[in-house]
Amino acid sequence: MLVKFNLNGLEKEVNVKANEYLLDTLRSIGVKSVKKGCNASSCGVCTVLLDDKPVLSCSILTVRVAGHKVETVESIQEEAAKLSECFSKEGADQCGYCNAAFALMVHALRKENPNPSAEEIKEYLKGNLCRCTGYQSQQKAIRAYLGGEEK
Amino acid sequence: MRKFKVVNNITPSVDGKGIMMGRAVFTDDLAAQNSLVLKVLRSPHAFAHIRDIDTSEAEKYPGVACILTYKNVPHVPFTRAGQGYPEPSPHDKFVLDEYVRYVGDEVAVVAAEDEETALEAMKLIKVDYEVLEPVLDFEKAMDNESVIHPEDKIHEMFPIGFEPKRNIATAYEMEVGNVEEELAKCDYVVDETFYTQAQAHAMMEPHASNARLDEHNRLVVYSTTQTPFHMRRIICKTLGLPVDKVRVIKPRVGGGFGGKQAFHGEMFVSLVTLRTNRPSKLVYTREEVFGSSYTRHPMRIALRIGANKDGKIQAIDCRALSDTGAYGEHALTVFMIVGSKVLPLYNKVKAVRFGGKVVYTNHVPAGAYRGYGAIQGNYALESTIDMLAKKMGMDPIELREINSMKEKETSPIFEIMGEGTEGTAMIMESCKLPYCIKRGRELMNWDEKYPVKQVGPHKVRSVGCAIAMQGSGIPFLDMGSCTIKLNDGGSYMVTVGATDIGQGSDTIISQIVAEELGTTMDKIIIYSSDTDLTPYDCGAYASSTTYVSGNAAYNAAVKMRERLIKEAAQELKVKPDLVEFDGKTFTSGDKSVTLEDLSTGRLYNNDTHQIAVTESFHGHVSPPPFMAAFGEFEFDTETYEYKMVKYVTITDCGTTINPMLARGQVEGGVIQGYGMASSEEVLYTPNGKLVSDNFDMYHIPTVKEVGELVTEFADSYEPTGPFGAKSVGEIGIDTPPAVLCNAVYNAFGVRIHSLPITPQKIFEAMKEKK
Repeated sequence: MLVKFNLNGLEKEVNVKANEYLLDTLRSIGVKSVKKGCNASSCGVCTVLLDDKPVLSCSILTVRVAGHKVETVESIQEEAAKLSECFSKEGADQCGYCNAAFALMVHALRKENPNPSAEEIKEYLKGNLCRCTGYQSQQKAIRAYLGGEEK
Repeated sequence: MRKFKVVNNITPSVDGKGIMMGRAVFTDDLAAQNSLVLKVLRSPHAFAHIRDIDTSEAEKYPGVACILTYKNVPHVPFTRAGQGYPEPSPHDKFVLDEYVRYVGDEVAVVAAEDEETALEAMKLIKVDYEVLEPVLDFEKAMDNESVIHPEDKIHEMFPIGFEPKRNIATAYEMEVGNVEEELAKCDYVVDETFYTQAQAHAMMEPHASNARLDEHNRLVVYSTTQTPFHMRRIICKTLGLPVDKVRVIKPRVGGGFGGKQAFHGEMFVSLVTLRTNRPSKLVYTREEVFGSSYTRHPMRIALRIGANKDGKIQAIDCRALSDTGAYGEHALTVFMIVGSKVLPLYNKVKAVRFGGKVVYTNHVPAGAYRGYGAIQGNYALESTIDMLAKKMGMDPIELREINSMKEKETSPIFEIMGEGTEGTAMIMESCKLPYCIKRGRELMNWDEKYPVKQVGPHKVRSVGCAIAMQGSGIPFLDMGSCTIKLNDGGSYMVTVGATDIGQGSDTIISQIVAEELGTTMDKIIIYSSDTDLTPYDCGAYASSTTYVSGNAAYNAAVKMRERLIKEAAQELKVKPDLVEFDGKTFTSGDKSVTLEDLSTGRLYNNDTHQIAVTESFHGHVSPPPFMAAFGEFEFDTETYEYKMVKYVTITDCGTTINPMLARGQVEGGVIQGYGMASSEEVLYTPNGKLVSDNFDMYHIPTVKEVGELVTEFADSYEPTGPFGAKSVGEIGIDTPPAVLCNAVYNAFGVRIHSLPITPQKIFEAMKEKK
């Protein structure tokens, strides 16, 4: 069936199966920044923004986004570049498989709560797994990016 | 110490920005459009013989291109371990076989136009299984009536104690001095036995591979591999292809931790593409990553340690039994490291013995995993050392300070034990372990906190410590190489076989080259791990990249500098030893030429030729990094729930080439080790099916479970390393099991002898104590 949605500011019309998930649709039309990690809503690497809110694209049927706005890291390139500089300074970038999802989460967090505490950042990101960094460097980088001192 | 400009300075990762911005750079991002999609039919039985398999209906299903079974693939035994040649792992695996040896083992492979078609067609495959009695208790595997590998063709490449008819994959024994005699003379002897579990790598990127034929009709395989050159060799040997017909490319890799050293779907995509002339791809599901790849080797480790009243440890006896699961990938080498990268920590003993067997079971195969035996051995040894200190009435840190390895010392173990063969004698040219212990003790405020403090009505905080060592590559075997080519404009194209799997090797190799050539990081272009385009490297394993590949890059940069000075001398018409080069300009007295002009001229109009050099390196020693670790944990005295408060590590890895990436290696390792220590429970059904095959059942640490990490490095310089560096990829993972175990003891006086250390186990130990 034909599904129309807004992807990163452009109107898209995609032919999908009724049982197709947004993650598979996005990757099939060339949006490879969205990753498959567990396909079971447990790891966070498939995060996209649906009408500005982060969702896990592995568990959203594509037909459900008809008429809605979907954003991937391609829509926040400048922010992702700046966040990556903060990650580098803290030694937080390793394999980076989860990083585009982190960029989207940080973007969404900033919109919801421009001045989050360290604990609020942790709470917001607890569903995004990372096996490389041990998390502390990421947390420091995100706090630096958000411009806040540790609260 | 020499002052560096690029090395040992904070430098952004070369690929960090592109990856964060979402570039299509991982293996499955690069699969060809219209690739056939492969799905693997996996065994529902822990052990069975396939009497027959009928794929005729499935083959007729519309959209199916090809089905592989044991009947139509080469029947050549090999090992998927992804090691050098000849391999120390037994050749006990076939591409597909008429036996299946664990739940999840490969039965057949379906290649179809899309995933759904492949899965539908798979349902039409009829398999007639003769179900056999599985071996699911590794302590009962040896000489069991059920023989897991009864087939005749399998073999070892050199003597490793391979006795498949007894379910023994490999065995090892060594002894220095006479352990029994020494233990009998000791004032104190402790005797403890520990069990470790089959930890999962749980890297975020699932294993993936894809294949295509290029314009020369050569097979091109993209793989999430840590060992592209070994992979090319093994594909060619097993499928009977000449090496010149295959190219293996490793794109960006989303974490490996040893799990991607070995093969996953590469044989299947290669065969399907060769048979259909179509591109193909295979991506593991998360359940396959957990249940059909590899795990850490679960072990039973029994230790006896004897010491005298003067505080000196006299003898260590270590007996181990390891479960390699259905296949013997890394069986011997992981086992040996339980001894060789653990026991030398206490090098002043009069006698030391290590040995035991590695057995087959019908579990998910075990393989390489960061730490590689050292984490298992460290948990047992460093827990037992605390028990010994307790028995002797000594401070556990003092006991370690008296007996542990110091600079300029050695251990006879280094010469006896190598990677599946004899080892290499070496003196510790750099070992700041005493400083690491002293500094960590201060940063933890140990003397204030040891052993335990009440911090609330039902809350106590206790501390534990452990020391660790690892290695830096495999001497005389592991080789890395590097080519540097000068571009016009004065930049350098650096190609290396070294395999960046997220640890940042492309960045640190660029730093090493930039440092030696006196240039800046923006003048270095790096490309790695492509068997057609880059020189050879053994790959990313055994903590080899910084030391082995880094030394190769250093050697190449030294050669390039010499070469450039010769070229400039010719240009300036002076002798080379009169030319100075600051990275930008060659000067001799009042004459000078810039690198930019020289490099552009050499390509276009002035004595034109390409300036390029290639150099290699293999180690003659494997200098160990050392670490002292101190953990503080808060326990609920009613429920025994606990959390990490603080974890202090002081590491001696020589010069940190990139201090931030080194920190990332240590902290990432610590938290992965803490997962093994605390929450990563491996559960099987009684029939041998892995239950903990997803992130809900198998709990890896989240950001919520991480306490404060205090990570420092000792001021140390390894004379044989590139700019004084040793490797640092594995050591971070080694200490958390022992540190946590010791902290639990310091809190409650109970010793937990198996991992993970759950509140339930503490509760049960407390019940027994009362």
